[in-house]
Amino acid sequence: MIIAYLIASITIALLLFVNRSKAISVALTVLFLLIQCGLTVYEFTIKDLADAVYFKPDALALILLTVLTVVSIPAFIHKCNYISPEDDSPRVRGIYQGAMVLLVTALSAAYLSAHIAVTWIFVEITTLSASALVFHRRNAGSIEATWKYIFVCSISLVFVFIGILLLGISLGNAQQFDLQYDTLVKLAPTLDTFWIKIAFVFIFAGYTAKFGLVPMYTAGIDAKDKAPAPAAGLFSSVLMNVGFVGVFRMWQIVAHTSVMPWAANVVAVAALLSILIAAVYLLKVKNVKRMLAYSSVEHMGVVALGLAAGGVGYFAAILHIVLHTFAKSALFFQVGHIYHIYHTKNIYHIGNYLKFNRAGAVLLLLGFVCITAMPPSGLFISELMVFKSIFEAHSYVALIAVLVMLTIIIWALGKNFFKMLFTPAPSCGNIGEIKVSPIETISQFVLLALVFWLGMCPPQFFVDLINDAVQLLTY
Amino acid sequence: MTTILLIIFAITLLYFSIANRLMTYLSLLTVQGMLLFGVALVELHQMNIVNLAFILLETVVVKAVAIPLFIRYVIKKNQIKREAEPFVPYFVSLIVTTLIIAAAYVLSMVADVPQSGKPYFAVALAAVFCGLFFIVSRKKIITHVICYVLIENGVFILSMAVGNEMPLLVNLGVLLDVFVSVFLLGIFINKVGNVINDGDVNQLSSIKD
Repeated sequence: MIIAYLIASITIALLLFVNRSKAISVALTVLFLLIQCGLTVYEFTIKDLADAVYFKPDALALILLTVLTVVSIPAFIHKCNYISPEDDSPRVRGIYQGAMVLLVTALSAAYLSAHIAVTWIFVEITTLSASALVFHRRNAGSIEATWKYIFVCSISLVFVFIGILLLGISLGNAQQFDLQYDTLVKLAPTLDTFWIKIAFVFIFAGYTAKFGLVPMYTAGIDAKDKAPAPAAGLFSSVLMNVGFVGVFRMWQIVAHTSVMPWAANVVAVAALLSILIAAVYLLKVKNVKRMLAYSSVEHMGVVALGLAAGGVGYFAAILHIVLHTFAKSALFFQVGHIYHIYHTKNIYHIGNYLKFNRAGAVLLLLGFVCITAMPPSGLFISELMVFKSIFEAHSYVALIAVLVMLTIIIWALGKNFFKMLFTPAPSCGNIGEIKVSPIETISQFVLLALVFWLGMCPPQFFVDLINDAVQLLTY
Repeated sequence: MTTILLIIFAITLLYFSIANRLMTYLSLLTVQGMLLFGVALVELHQMNIVNLAFILLETVVVKAVAIPLFIRYVIKKNQIKREAEPFVPYFVSLIVTTLIIAAAYVLSMVADVPQSGKPYFAVALAAVFCGLFFIVSRKKIITHVICYVLIENGVFILSMAVGNEMPLLVNLGVLLDVFVSVFLLGIFINKVGNVINDGDVNQLSSIKD
C-alpha cells in the first residue's frame, strides 16, 4: 500500500510541476489529499504490521501521520487563497504545489519507516522539497535563507549518516536488515556502549536541524521566516515532528542500554540551551514569523526535556508535540492574513488588528493562550506533566531554570501579541485595503479547537495510542 | 594497500589546509576521488559485481571528474577570484589540521574498533572534522561547497568499513553524494552567483535578529 501511495503522490507532484492550469492543479491537490486520507485510514487497519518490509505503522507513526493529514488539509486550502491574490507565474506556482505534495509525502514515509536508513532517505527528501518552498519568492532574502537551509541541513544529515554508519560498525558482522529499528532495539543491550554513545551524539546532533534544538536550529528559523505562510506552518509543526521521530527512534534503542542516563543528560542540556536561546531572542525579535519560529524552539525544548526526564514525561512529550503542531500551524496560517493586511512582518508596524480583521484577531488571542500554555489550552496539561516528570527526576535546578525562562517567554510573547492586537499601528496609507474573509479563518479555529479538546478531555483512543507509543520506550 | 591509500588521503588533507588557490582544491578533490577508487577496488571484493562497478564508476566519474569540473565551470562563470581567502593564517590551518588528524588517530587507537576498521575510522573522522574546520575558516561560498564534498569523501571512507556487510549504506552514501552535490551546485550556486556577485559569506548576513 505504501509503495502505491508513494508512486501515486510522486506522480501527482510531477504533474503539478509541469501543469500550468489552475483547475487541474486544484483537482490534483484534492486527489492527493484523498490519497493522503486513504493512507492514514489504511495504516490504522494494519497497526504494528510491516508494510512493504521497510515501513511499519506503530503507534507513534500513526499519531503523527494523522496529525500531518489534519494539518496538511488547511495548508493546501490556505495555499489556494494565499497565492491567488499574488501574481505568481504558473511555473512558480506549479513548483510550489509540487514541492508541497512532495514534502507531505516524504514526511508521511519518514514517520512510517521502520528502517533507520529509510528514515534518513525521506528526511533528505524533505530537505530538498522544503528548500524549493523557501525559494518561492526568488529574491535576495529567500536565496540567502534557502542557501543556509540546504547547507546546514545537508551537513546535519551527513552527521546522521555518520551516526548510522557507526551503528553499522558497532553491529560487527551484521547484515543490512539488522538496521531495522526492531532488530536494533533487540540487539541494543549487546552493543558496545562507546559506539552507541558516539552514534547517538551524531544522530541527535544531525536531527536537531529538523527538530529545532541547539546546535542546528538556526537554519530552520530563517526558512520559516522566508517561506510562504502555509509552508512555514508546515515547517514549524510537522517538519519539526520528523526530527522528533528521528530522535525518538534512536531513543528506543538507547532506552534499552546502559547509556540511557548519559544520553538523557545530553538531550537535557540541548533542551535547556534551546529554551534559553528562545527566551533571549524572543525578547528582541521584531519579525512576527521569527517570533513564532523561536517559540517553536522553546516548545521543542520542552518536548526534549520530557523525553530526557522519562516517566510521565514520555507521555507528555508526545501529547505536547501533537498539540503544538495544531497550535503553531494555525498561528502561521493566520500570519499569512496579517501579512496580506499590513504588507509587513515587522511587529512594530502591525497594530489594531482587532479593527482590521476581527475573526483573525480572536484567533491570534486564542493562539496566544495556546502557545503560552495558559490553563484552558491543552499545552498547559502537557507542560505541567513535563514539569512533574522533571520534578520526579529530582532535577530541581533545571526545573527552576525552565520555569524562569518560560516566564520570560510568556512576557515577551504577551508584549508582542497585545501590541499587534490593541495598540494602534504607525499610520501607513494602504493598511486594511485588502479584506480577509472570516471564512478563511475557520480551518484555523478548528485546529485551535483541537488543541483545547485533545488537552482538556482527550478521547480514550487518543490516550491509548499515546500509551502504546510510550510502550515502545519502556517495555 | 588500503592503509597506504588512506594515509595518502590524510596527506591531501594537510595539503588542503595550506593550499591558497581554488584550483588546487579542485585538483585535490580529483586526487581524493582516485584514492577512493583505489580503496573501493581493493576493499569491496565481496560485493556483487554490478554494485561494485556502480560504486567504482561513481568514484571515478562523479567524485574525481564531474564535481571538480562542474565547480571549475561555476568559478569561471561567476568570475570568482582564485584565492581561497581564509579567515585564519595558513600556518594555523596546518596546525589545526594536524591536531585533528592526530586526535582522530588517537581516538581510533583508544576506541574498541575492529583492527581492520581502524584506519578507515581515523581517516574518515579526520576528513569530516577537517572539512568542518575549513568551512568555518574560509570566506567564499564556493569553498563551502568544496569542503562539503570533502566531508562526503570522509563519509564514503567510513562507509567502506561496513561496505562488505551492508552495501546498501555505501549506495546511500553515493546517492547522497550525487543528489546533494548536483542540487547544491547545479541549481543553487548559479542562482546565488546571479544575485550575490562576490560569492562571499559576508553577503549572507542580511537575515538576522
